[in-house]
Parts: sequence; structure tokens; C-alpha cells
Amino acid sequence: MAVNLEVLGKTYPPVLYAVGREKVREYARAVGETNPLYLDVDAAREAGHDDVVAPPMFAVVYAMPAVAAGMFDPEVGIDFARLVHAGQQFTWGPLVVAGDEISTTVSVKDVSERRGSGFFAFESVSANQRGETVCTGVWSNIVRGS
Amino acid sequence: MAALEPGAEIEPLSVTPDRYLTVRYAGASGDFNPIHIDEHFAEEVGLPGTILHGLYSMAQVARAVSEAGGGPQSLRRLNVQFRGMGLPEHELTVTGSVTAVNDGVAIVQAVCTQQGKAIIRNAEAEVQVD
Repeated sequence: MAVNLEVLGKTYPPVLYAVGREKVREYARAVGETNPLYLDVDAAREAGHDDVVAPPMFAVVYAMPAVAAGMFDPEVGIDFARLVHAGQQFTWGPLVVAGDEISTTVSVKDVSERRGSGFFAFESVSANQRGETVCTGVWSNIVRGS
Repeated sequence: MAALEPGAEIEPLSVTPDRYLTVRYAGASGDFNPIHIDEHFAEEVGLPGTILHGLYSMAQVARAVSEAGGGPQSLRRLNVQFRGMGLPEHELTVTGSVTAVNDGVAIVQAVCTQQGKAIIRNAEAEVQVD
């Protein structure tokens, strides 16, 4: 498949995500978390947090809307029928808690073609309302050749 | 909780996602790709049925390594490669061990297997130990 190398480095407008208490609890229950920090406001407050703590992988929830802008960008041209999520990296900073507002900026980090398949990697940088980077993600995708 | 020293194994984590887990995870995560929630669609595109979200399986690795570190604040980085596909109604198992400790950060290598096959391999985590 032909890939459009011109999108390398393309950056999308930041997307704001407001972290809700029940969303954190819904996510924590779905992935089977049992740590009361994620589920019980009193336990989280006793441990010194303002509200329930988002599990680290909740980064998927607050960053995905921003990543989707890149994934669905016609200039990037990902064929979803042939898409494989190949790899994922997250690097975390301060914890996210319910009530935080997380702004995520996504850019195209890698576009290449090898052996007929397209490789697309997006980088997401998520910051809280104090400007602290809470999570950086690298989302690696392969679009298999036909 | 065992000390995270070179060679130490983390507490293994096993979970068997039920038939409707992918629907709950789709709602919780916002990823409604039909291969995870629509059995007919999944079969039409050549899959054995609905498959697990890769990021759900990664979340199981994150659970195992962050609990080994004593909680969410300990997990500094996690990098995984997805291989094959995970299926509902079969047990997932996460195992891992500490390969090094540098400046208070343990490097944990982990794998997530199902039915004897790695669905996440080469998972590498950095876990704060002090």
C-alpha cells in the first residue's frame, strides 16, 4: 500500500476530557480492578487523593478521542478493515483523579511502508489542568497489505 | 508483596473474561469496533467470534505490575506488543519477573498468555520501588 509520508509530524488540535468519578469506577470495574483507590471515594481520600484515582490504563479513555482525530484523518488514510493494533506504550506522570481536566495533543510520529504494509504511529501527550504531563502514549498500528 | 529485586517473579494474575466482558469494556473505554462486540460481524471478517480488546489485555498486565509495585503511583511506563488475539471465556494469565533495578526503578518483563499462547509478549514495565 502507498502511504502519505507528508503527514509525518502532523499535529492535531488538543482535545479536552473531563474525568468523571463514575466513569473511573465504570472503567475500573470493566477491567477487574479491585484496589479501593479506584472505586471508593473515602478510601481514595484517606490515601490523600482528592477523589477516586484513575487506573493508569484509564489513559486510553482520556486520550482516545484525541488519537481518533489522527486515526480517522483522511490524509493519513488508514484502512480500518486491514488495521492491526501492533503495540502500545504509556509513560505516566502524576496520578489522574476524578475532577481532573485532561488535555491531549496528538501528532503523527511515524509513517512508513515495509514489505507492502503501512506502519502508523501516533504520539499522545496528555496534561492536567495544572499543566503537568500525566501521560505520554505511543500508539503503533499496522495496516496490512492486500 | 514480594520485594522487586532482580530475578524476583511478580504475583501472577489470572482472569477469565465472561462472554459479555467485551461489551462492558467497549462502553467503559469508548472503543466500539464491531469485531469486539458483534459476533456475526466478527465471523464475517474471518474471526472465530468476538475477540478481546488488546488494550483490555494490556490493562491486565498493568494491573499485575502496578499491584507488584504497591499501587498505581508505582507504574512509570508500560510498553507492549500485541500478538494473536485474546478470546472471551478463556483464562488470561499475566506473569513476569524483574530483570534489573536501576536508581529505584525496577524493570519488569511480562507476558500475557491464553491457552498456551502469548497474546501480549515483550511487555516491559518500569516500576518505582522506593
